[in-house]
Amino acid sequence: MARDLTGIVIFALAVIALTLLLSSGVWLNALMMTLYAALLALAWNLLGGFGGQFSFGHALFFGTGAYASAVAQVAHGVNAWAALALAIVAAAAVGAFVGALAFRYGLKGSYFALVTLAFAEVFRILALSAGFTGGGVGMMLPLNESIANLQFGSRRGYVALMLGCVVAALITTAWLRHSRFGARLQAVRDNEDAARAVGVDPYRIKLGATVASAAFMGAAGAFYLQVFQYIDPGIAFGPHVSVEALVGAIVGGMGTLWGPVLGAALLHALGEATRNLFGQLPGLNLVIYGSVLVMIVLFMPRGLAGLGAWRRNERGRHG
Amino acid sequence: MADALLELTGVSVAFGGLRAVQDVSLRLMPGTLGALIGPNGAGKTTLFALISGFLKPDRGRLVFDGHDITGQAPHQNARRGLSRTFQIVQPFAAQTVRENIAVGAHLHESGRAAALAEAERVAARVGLAAQLDKPAADLTVSARKRLELARALATRPKLLLLDEVLAGLNPQEVAEMIPVVKAIAAGGITVLMIEHVMQAVMHLAQHVWVLAQGRLIAEGSPAAVTRDPHVIEAYLGPGAAARLQAA
Repeated sequence: MARDLTGIVIFALAVIALTLLLSSGVWLNALMMTLYAALLALAWNLLGGFGGQFSFGHALFFGTGAYASAVAQVAHGVNAWAALALAIVAAAAVGAFVGALAFRYGLKGSYFALVTLAFAEVFRILALSAGFTGGGVGMMLPLNESIANLQFGSRRGYVALMLGCVVAALITTAWLRHSRFGARLQAVRDNEDAARAVGVDPYRIKLGATVASAAFMGAAGAFYLQVFQYIDPGIAFGPHVSVEALVGAIVGGMGTLWGPVLGAALLHALGEATRNLFGQLPGLNLVIYGSVLVMIVLFMPRGLAGLGAWRRNERGRHG
Repeated sequence: MADALLELTGVSVAFGGLRAVQDVSLRLMPGTLGALIGPNGAGKTTLFALISGFLKPDRGRLVFDGHDITGQAPHQNARRGLSRTFQIVQPFAAQTVRENIAVGAHLHESGRAAALAEAERVAARVGLAAQLDKPAADLTVSARKRLELARALATRPKLLLLDEVLAGLNPQEVAEMIPVVKAIAAGGITVLMIEHVMQAVMHLAQHVWVLAQGRLIAEGSPAAVTRDPHVIEAYLGPGAAARLQAA
């Protein structure tokens, strides 16, 4: 645990140093979006990587957070910080609801994936048709830059906010690696029956992981709203966020501490590079992006972080 | 008569038309080592699943340590002190031996360090001390069987259900494993084991139940049941007992 925490502190200091050094808005923006992608991947990793429950609809929690914050601020005049807390609570509550339903009926593997996907779609359609969400038009957050409103004139403010969320997610992940709850969660992931035989209640454990994972997604949703001041049903509950969350975690290494951060950073860099290099040939950037993803999954089945662990194991075995 | 640690009364379960376990009643005394034997497909593992809570009986009652545990989930039974191993070993493959055993130890130890330390002590009891840091996936069959045993032991059970811990081991490994099981029983844990290796049953068990086609057909001391004509016929076919007598 101490080693993990030291790593997290070093990471946080490095990001702070980078924020202070960078003066270009483009680079600060890239840093902010990388942290945002890392938060999505870290959140997904809590349930998917450590719990083995592959959600294809994590946008459900992201969108819930974004809309909870938007409705609270726009319609009810709630303070942005309070709305952020509300977003986290709302997302966690939706996580508890969906988790309770899915795990009560023993849904696993592809069935769990489909149920999360279905719930995200249901929420997207509800947001499209309900009155208080603004329907397909979406919701605009009035521009009003001040720290009290959680709107910053400089990207540095958002980077700091995002860094706080990422550090919280990293600490939660480190705790999973060194706690009874985490040991039980990984036991359920690896073999549910064996875990039950030694006194683990899989239902409660998986539900807890879902709630934690959903809470961080809710924070990411609220953050998205603060940065872009706009949310609509497609952005909030569409497949894009769900895919970004799971691909970042899978490419980086599921069930590891730093994998999701590495994965998010690599994917973000790759996405930017291909867009800049092949921008004049529309679609080619996506072809290259897709090919690289296939290569990573083929040749690094345990992700970027898994590669390092594998090297160490091989050395240990031969040496 | 003393109170039984485990008492089954008229326990039955059917899967569609297959009556896997029919009207089984048995009393297992605390501090004893019992064995459940029977031909393949007799329902032994099904009976273990019923006792540990992985299956719910259609009829009948199970009482463990004075509590009615009929229909209780496996994790609730484990908390009461009833743990099992699996015939087909079920390690947490991605985790090390130490981490595997610690999951069991966490039943009574909430702290991570305490659970890991407990895992080391339990590993020593079953002869896994040298392999604590190996991933469970890299273990031999014999070591995996020991790991099953260790993980269940780490929950500090009152009753341990061992489902064929000797199956798949060579004679040398069987000879090494028997003292381990013996030491567990000597340490005060009541054991009920399913076993095909008769050498072990004769050596270890104080009381034997014989299950055939879902029914208990005999019980008693190991020597007595192996002479029982019903048992011989269940294994070798009708008329076998008479032919053996003649031979």
